[in-house]
Amino acid sequence: MATPTPDSTATGAPATGASVADKPSTLTVERWSPGEDVIEVTRTPAPGAARGTWRTFRETVRGLKTTFGRMVEHPTTIQYPEEKTPVYPRFRGRHKLHRFEDSGLEKCVGCSLCAAACPADCIRVVAAENTPENRVSAGERYAAVYEINLSRCIFCGYCEVACPFDAITMGHDYELSDYDRADLIFTKEMLLAEPLERTPLRNEGE
Amino acid sequence: MSTLATVGFYEAWWVQILKSIVIFALALQLVPLVLLAERKLLGRFQARYGPNRVGPYGALQPLADIVKLLTKEQFRPTTSVGVLFAVAPVISILTAVAAFSIIPFGDVQHIFGERVGLYGVDVSIGPLYLFAFGAIAFYGIMLGGWSSGSKYSFLGAMRGAAQLISYEVSQGLALVGVIITAQTLSLTGIVDAQKGMWYFIPQLAGFLIFLTASFAETNRAPFDLTEADAELVGGYNTEYGGGRFASYYFAEYLNVLVVSGIVTTVFLGGWLLPFGIHPPGWVDPFVVLFKMTLITFLFIWVRATLPRLRYDQLMSFGWKILLPLATLNALVTAVIVVATH
Repeated sequence: MATPTPDSTATGAPATGASVADKPSTLTVERWSPGEDVIEVTRTPAPGAARGTWRTFRETVRGLKTTFGRMVEHPTTIQYPEEKTPVYPRFRGRHKLHRFEDSGLEKCVGCSLCAAACPADCIRVVAAENTPENRVSAGERYAAVYEINLSRCIFCGYCEVACPFDAITMGHDYELSDYDRADLIFTKEMLLAEPLERTPLRNEGE
Repeated sequence: MSTLATVGFYEAWWVQILKSIVIFALALQLVPLVLLAERKLLGRFQARYGPNRVGPYGALQPLADIVKLLTKEQFRPTTSVGVLFAVAPVISILTAVAAFSIIPFGDVQHIFGERVGLYGVDVSIGPLYLFAFGAIAFYGIMLGGWSSGSKYSFLGAMRGAAQLISYEVSQGLALVGVIITAQTLSLTGIVDAQKGMWYFIPQLAGFLIFLTASFAETNRAPFDLTEADAELVGGYNTEYGGGRFASYYFAEYLNVLVVSGIVTTVFLGGWLLPFGIHPPGWVDPFVVLFKMTLITFLFIWVRATLPRLRYDQLMSFGWKILLPLATLNALVTAVIVVATH
């Protein structure tokens, strides 16, 4: 880079009449000032070119060492469909409906509190009366229709909190993709069924 | 008219035809292996597996890639120049295979009563032949980029042109040291001259310069500015797809193999083994292939490590650092050779 002579580095000041008068034969060219906030960048590797080359070489070798170290390590990839990331016990996945273990009756009494609590409005409950001939739940009424639209569900867990009988809880299943939106509306039978244990649970200390 | 070059050893015509078929078949087998090795190794360098779904351990991945590419539709942009657009990948592949043919895989062997040299042709101008085809290979990139009628291809081709010219000089000068020491231009002669000591020890500077310049010559990282995807989409092959793209890809990896072979021959003693071990002749090609594998590994290793250079860095590195070093290396070698004779 050409070093500018001192008088040509004047910061944008207009050429005075005196300097023009002193050198009438030479053309004074004012160097354009880019402004106060511009930092000049030196693009040459000089003066420390040899040292810079050596440093580059050394750093290259260091980089090669680093990548080689990564290569001899075992890959951190989890081969997803075969191995899965274990979930925490309180992970909020697909919902489950529960029955009493002794009597086999459904815990849900069709109160619709979950539907009321749902911010995504994805739960639909239609209640019906229990009769002595047809006793489905432990309470007076039961859920004749219990549907959760899992394509709308935001997995907030409010339904679980709202439920007075712990009839609905959030499970661990997160593999919920499907080819058809209609298939994502889970009915009561699907929610009551024992879920396929598709998701490993995270162990203590994992 | 004076002779341009002589051939050190040649066989009957039918042996030569057989040899050229074997060389082409070998190149065709080696390229998918390098392709797979590159993807697997890049994966391991980044703590992941790389392709492991197609076939056992992903071994059939290159096959899947090639079948996918070859069954694609052949198309070209309306702004492209048809003939050149089609010819350019052919030039690339042709020059790469031609350069591959001079790599010696072994000395003259007796096969079925015939004396056969395990190389395509042993010309008396080995490195010059290589550089000649390297220079023509650049037409493949240049014509492909230019005839695409796309600004990205054009910019990629232009960068390729400047880069190849800059680094070919250093590459050639790095070999001059070896040629002075061996006092022959024949590649088999150079290997024979390394019986005492492989040239990468006395010519360490030349070895490193040649290797660095080779990264640039083959358009590999960190000098892969011709296909800098961040700014140029795909570089010179942006507009290419299907079989033509596969040809460019093939040529790129074959060039890596060619350079590995040249480094093996010129600096790593070709088919020679250290400590005076003299195995039977059929071991020679495997020795060469093993050494080529090491250099190819280095290529992949460097690709996994170094970021792409900026364009001005590339140019200043080539002209201000590599070229003076290569010249110095050639001069010092010449002085030493003259002084010790």
